[in-house]
Amino acid sequence: MGHDGEESLATSEGEEELANDRRTSPPRDRDDESTIRGVKEEGAGASPKEESSTISQARSNSPETEQEYRPPLPPRPSNFGLLREGSYSPGSSLQRSKNTSRPHLQSTATTALSRTDIHTQSYQDGSRETFAASAQTTPPSKAIAAFGSIKRIKGFSGSEGGDSGSVRSYAPTLETGGDVESLLGEVLGASQESPAWRLHSTQNEAPDPFDSITYEDDETTVDFYREFDEISAVAADGENEEQLLNQWKSKRKHFLILSSAGKPIYNRHGDDNLISGYIGIIQTIISFYEGAHNQLKGFTAAGARFVVMSQGPLYLVAISKLGENDPQLRVQLEALYMQILSTLTLPNLTHMFSNRPSTDLRRPLQGTEPLLSALADTFTRGSPPTLLSALECLTIRKSHRQVINDTLLQTRCETLLYGLIVASGRLVSVVRPRKHSLHPSDLQLIFNMLFEARGVKAGGGENWIPLCLPGFNKNGYLYMYVSFISAYESIGEEEHERVNESGKPDDIAILLISANKESFYDLRKMRDALVDELEANGSMAIVRSAVRRGRPTATDIVPGTVLRHFLYKSRANVQFTMPSYEPSFTTLLARRRLLSLYHALHASVHAKNAHLKVHHCISRESISLAWVTPLFELYCVAGPQASRNALAQSANKVIQWVRKEEERVFIIGGAVSLNSLDRCTIYKKLTPPAARYSEQI
Amino acid sequence: MADSAAAPPKPSSSVKLVLLGEAAVGKSSLVLRFVNNDFQENKEPTIGAAFLTQKSHLPHRTIKFEIWDTAGQERFASLAPMYYRNAQSALVVYDLTKPTSLVKAKHWVAELQRQANPGIVIALVGNKLDLTDENAAASGGASTSEGSDAEGAETPETSGDARKISTKEGRAYAEEEGLLFFETSAKTGVNVQEVFTAIANAIPETQMKGAKGPGAAGAGAGQTALGSERVNLNQRAEGAKEGCAC
Ligand SMILES: Nc1nc2c(ncn2[C@@H]2O[C@H](COP(=O)(O)OP(=O)(O)OP(=O)(O)O)[C@@H](O)[C@H]2O)c(=O)[nH]1
Ligand SMILES: [Mg+2]
Repeated sequence: MGHDGEESLATSEGEEELANDRRTSPPRDRDDESTIRGVKEEGAGASPKEESSTISQARSNSPETEQEYRPPLPPRPSNFGLLREGSYSPGSSLQRSKNTSRPHLQSTATTALSRTDIHTQSYQDGSRETFAASAQTTPPSKAIAAFGSIKRIKGFSGSEGGDSGSVRSYAPTLETGGDVESLLGEVLGASQESPAWRLHSTQNEAPDPFDSITYEDDETTVDFYREFDEISAVAADGENEEQLLNQWKSKRKHFLILSSAGKPIYNRHGDDNLISGYIGIIQTIISFYEGAHNQLKGFTAAGARFVVMSQGPLYLVAISKLGENDPQLRVQLEALYMQILSTLTLPNLTHMFSNRPSTDLRRPLQGTEPLLSALADTFTRGSPPTLLSALECLTIRKSHRQVINDTLLQTRCETLLYGLIVASGRLVSVVRPRKHSLHPSDLQLIFNMLFEARGVKAGGGENWIPLCLPGFNKNGYLYMYVSFISAYESIGEEEHERVNESGKPDDIAILLISANKESFYDLRKMRDALVDELEANGSMAIVRSAVRRGRPTATDIVPGTVLRHFLYKSRANVQFTMPSYEPSFTTLLARRRLLSLYHALHASVHAKNAHLKVHHCISRESISLAWVTPLFELYCVAGPQASRNALAQSANKVIQWVRKEEERVFIIGGAVSLNSLDRCTIYKKLTPPAARYSEQI
Repeated sequence: MADSAAAPPKPSSSVKLVLLGEAAVGKSSLVLRFVNNDFQENKEPTIGAAFLTQKSHLPHRTIKFEIWDTAGQERFASLAPMYYRNAQSALVVYDLTKPTSLVKAKHWVAELQRQANPGIVIALVGNKLDLTDENAAASGGASTSEGSDAEGAETPETSGDARKISTKEGRAYAEEEGLLFFETSAKTGVNVQEVFTAIANAIPETQMKGAKGPGAAGAGAGQTALGSERVNLNQRAEGAKEGCAC
């Protein structure tokens, strides 16, 4: 085969047409997702048996040779011809107009091929349930209207909706789901249509929805822009209560933390007085199930997904109308819980409650609210690091990073445990003891404190912060020295001001962590030596200019690409890289919608029973793709006009780019000589993760 | 680090200062006013402690303050000894509109008198003067014109008198204990500079640590000057016994 041996996404005319077919499928089965998104879908539960006739079969048969794998000769030449055509010269399949409609395509061999591996579907189990309830409350006319608009846009005539095997009846999470729903339906105000739908559908007439978001000013859009507005306190006479409650209900995302005794500990929106009634209801529901030894995990009501996590003496609750699924929301709750541990340590937390179950945790947590809220808001805006449970590194040349690593090692002092250089939330370099790893979840807490919450940075000085890093050790405190260096030192003061105003956290932070609480001055001395050396050897200038340069745009990375954005996660490195949000996703809403799409893609390829390797999602707004191998996860998004082949082609280009740039975009050790060091080693070759969410660095 | 322009060769010395007081009384705001001449309406609580330096030019000498701005929250209290152990001066801050904050301030004064350097200069500072009636008269002259001042004007409190602790009460306690006494507003700037100047003047020159190499601008600033003290601090630190961090 003339193939270059690289794994590439096969595409074919047949698939392209099939995709078109799906876009035009009539709403014969008013399936829930279809109602939400207007995406025609194929079953997530495509039977494993079918997989045997797909390209993914070849891949999954030999995952260990993933990278260099050459597809073997196919059992069915006719199918493979299509595939090969796609991977050899993907452009050729573009010649066919995508407006061609072939209603009966599904009966061909091509259909069989696509159905099994390339799924066109948007949601996986969790979110399916999320939307199920809302679909129930959606008037049929709405659903039909949605499909009507798709047709109008695409100008297709309907084809058979043959791939409706996935229609599932809604199975409530709870046996008493109905009761709970009505109870909370009242609580949350039963909106007649899913807000997720509205959020996602404000653009249904626009040809290029992501682009035009900025001009969109309808109710929904404005709504999301108010998501982070404070709800004022209830007036003494309670007069404004109703208005405040409406405001509270209009939020798309809530986080509540309460003690198992029902004491409120944290809520993102509104004060205790305002929502104490709801807290009481939630506590009652949760403890009802607890009493029945049947732990409540989640339920759906009024278009909102409720996910409950019980952690020792605490209940953490996420309420989302943003279409996230349960595992995704759990990761977020987990992070909030980690923040509480980070403030208190586990022994302290358990001790307080075992002494007095009615403990009011608000007091000991005083001052932690801004950190919890910063986390919560990051999740509400949408956060690739949280979604992927991975972190992002600053892109610099391998040799430059080497110099920085060496400098860190040379200047490190006796008491240093971890030393990190972080630039605008991206990791530049790390020193760590050989035996101790750094958890992404710990780094997330630190990054949140330094780059999302304003407290530490606004202080303007150096900082000495006791904190527990639960991933490292839940039982005790470490002490973190932090100092910020402006990335704009070489530019005039004035410009620096301007840049700061735009709110970019473009500072470079030196973080030196020790187990010794008396080591501030030692670490401070180390910091001075480190910074002097980095300035002297030119590293600081390199880091500064990398920060100022920002992320490249998708078209910088793949010239002429149809891609608007992508996420590439290197699974072995527990790191990810992505292009700039510019120019398509600059607004809050556009970014949220992009992240919602990533959440949906992520959910489909991570569903428990997913055998998916490649997953396409076509909607009125975008055409997107998730591609998962043991080595990487790639999610990419193009505008709705892009063809599937062009998307696949670009995905391949991204893979090629990452392969070429791997040692720049990721921190991959190996270059530093570790022989002379007994206590610290540079963040070296990272252990490949065993489980998805317990990955370590 | 702000004053990088080297002053004419006036004698210069450094003073270690620690701020203590209940949460949210305005310690960080006082430091921000002193160091950056700025104010933030909704300042987030300090986590742990922040270390800042600021030079103060007195008529006959330059003082370099090394300031520990500590967090007022209970859970950080056990770390406080580390910050005041070597301090030559302390600002114990309370909130004029919050009675419990004076109680807390008295605890800090007692602890300092028991455990800090015997010669430590303590200033008792009642902050948020702008929320009291004297506000109008007092701030008129001293207020520095800042954007942030204008923004604060809409706060409802400014209209009424929220004072809960009289000047007399604060002053009487300060005199009893031999403390410097000021009422300040970090928001308007009233008396903030004065507190620091008074502290500098109250510290006998013999107690100050000479700083020969005035820190150059930029990253390496203060390194030489601090080197000697650091050794000093570490010696003492090793001998000290501490409780847990929580
Ligand atoms: N009106 C008024 N408000 C002030 C003044 N000083 C501080 N504040 C406000 O009081 C709040 C707390 O101020 P901080 O400076 O953070 O208090 P702190 O003592 O450092 O608090 P911790 O770091 O938690 O110990 C902030 O919202 C400030 O804006 C003042 O002089 N007048
Ligand atoms: Mg403070």
